[in-house]
Amino acid sequence: MWLRLAIVAIGLSGLTCCSGWQNALDPASGDAGHISWLFWLFVAVLGAIWALVMVVLGMALMMRSRRIDDPLPSHPTHDRRAAWVIAALSGATLVTVLILTGLSFAGQRRLYGPREEAVTIRVTGHQWWWEVRYEEEDPSRTFTTANEIHLPVGQPVNIKLNSSDVIHSLWIPNLFGKLDLIPGRENQLRVTADRAGLYRGQCAEYCGLQHAHMSLMVVVEPQDAFERWRVGQIAPAPPPEDEERKRGQAAFLSQPCVMCHSVRGTTAGGRVAPDLTHIGSRLTLAAGTLPVSRGNLAAWIVDPHGIKPGVNMPMIKLEPDDLNAISAYLEGLK
Amino acid sequence: MKRSALLLLLLLAAAAGCQREERDYRPNPVASETRETIALSPLSPGANEPVTATSGKGRDYENNAYHLSQGKKLFTWFNCTGCHGNGGGGSGPPLIDDRWIYGASIEQIVSTIREGRPNGMPSFRGRIPDDQIWEIAAFVRSMSGNVPASAAPNRNDDMHPGPAESRKSPSQPIAGGTTPPAAAMPK
Repeated sequence: MWLRLAIVAIGLSGLTCCSGWQNALDPASGDAGHISWLFWLFVAVLGAIWALVMVVLGMALMMRSRRIDDPLPSHPTHDRRAAWVIAALSGATLVTVLILTGLSFAGQRRLYGPREEAVTIRVTGHQWWWEVRYEEEDPSRTFTTANEIHLPVGQPVNIKLNSSDVIHSLWIPNLFGKLDLIPGRENQLRVTADRAGLYRGQCAEYCGLQHAHMSLMVVVEPQDAFERWRVGQIAPAPPPEDEERKRGQAAFLSQPCVMCHSVRGTTAGGRVAPDLTHIGSRLTLAAGTLPVSRGNLAAWIVDPHGIKPGVNMPMIKLEPDDLNAISAYLEGLK
Repeated sequence: MKRSALLLLLLLAAAAGCQREERDYRPNPVASETRETIALSPLSPGANEPVTATSGKGRDYENNAYHLSQGKKLFTWFNCTGCHGNGGGGSGPPLIDDRWIYGASIEQIVSTIREGRPNGMPSFRGRIPDDQIWEIAAFVRSMSGNVPASAAPNRNDDMHPGPAESRKSPSQPIAGGTTPPAAAMPK
């Protein structure tokens, strides 16, 4: 009795996640809405069939069989009726399967078919972070950021996906279905977000030790807010003004940080780790692992492997004064 | 009963074989650069050979598949390929052959990366964290088959002209080698 109650309680607790910033059943785009519609349609149709089968099975179990004297009776009318019932049920099964397959196929065509786009984003998967590049015809309006995607409401967006190492998969449940990032191949995803908000995405293909700490934030905002953000991101990092941040910049540029990271507007030009030009304006650090704050930046720099074991960010032995100044410098890169 | 207990014990003993290596993701947070006293030439004043002393850190790195494959990744990330190609050399000397201008031991390679060498090899001290220098040096040794094949990287992610490091036949290091003409000072 208690066991059954516990099972029901655990099952019901799953329903509590039916709203929120990472939920395929709370769609914020037409595509996610379509997926969610398909999901509920499948649940309804297949649930009804399951219930019907259970009822018929119950009836069959309840009915007492008559005693049969002749082991091989022949009832021509009964046999004919049985044949009709079996044929009708097989036909109904076939039609249901075909309709559902057709709807699913049409949904795929709709989700991944070619469309007009206003914004093109290239997302490159790395172990274990997302490189996000906004591409435009005009190269001076192209820029790179990491672990955060901003989208304008109501504008069709094309997301090109590829990977630098292993197979990853981008999944932002509120906006679209999963699509893999495959090394040496380009996949494309189209989405038009309908509702402003903050959503969370996650790597959905096991990609190594820190797969669980490979998430990203998606900010859907009105067109003018998006344009302001884009103009801010295109600009190089402004030179620091106060003394502490000046020391921080000098320390940053003289330490191994610059071997991997770049800060546009300085000599730091590494290309294998997240671009830090506007790290202070981002929501999270280390692919959604920590919120951005001066304290978290310092904690991450001083011991990345304590927070995300196996991450490619090395532990760099900094003097406490340098660490303090570098975290102030990075936090100020708005 | 006794037999099944024995079988279970045997299975447990076999499970011990699953342990391949310890992966040391988090280097010692307080240790600083190790001290390696190396000799670049057999000559020394007086009757004795040159004094050498190594910390022994190299053994852990050379026998560890994780460190070797990290070294392989860093070799590309830090643009070693820019001069040394994929080991075949370019404006820097080749690394897959048996000739070693500044020594073939991992400590000598670590010193080469830390300190730089004449005719173009820059010093990476303070640019690459020391533990990563050890990883790169271990990988450089693997390019000429000088690390255990069981630990060396055994698959390339892209098309590669040569066999993977784990399939390189060991080549006995020979002191010498020359700076390639591309890196020589113009006359």
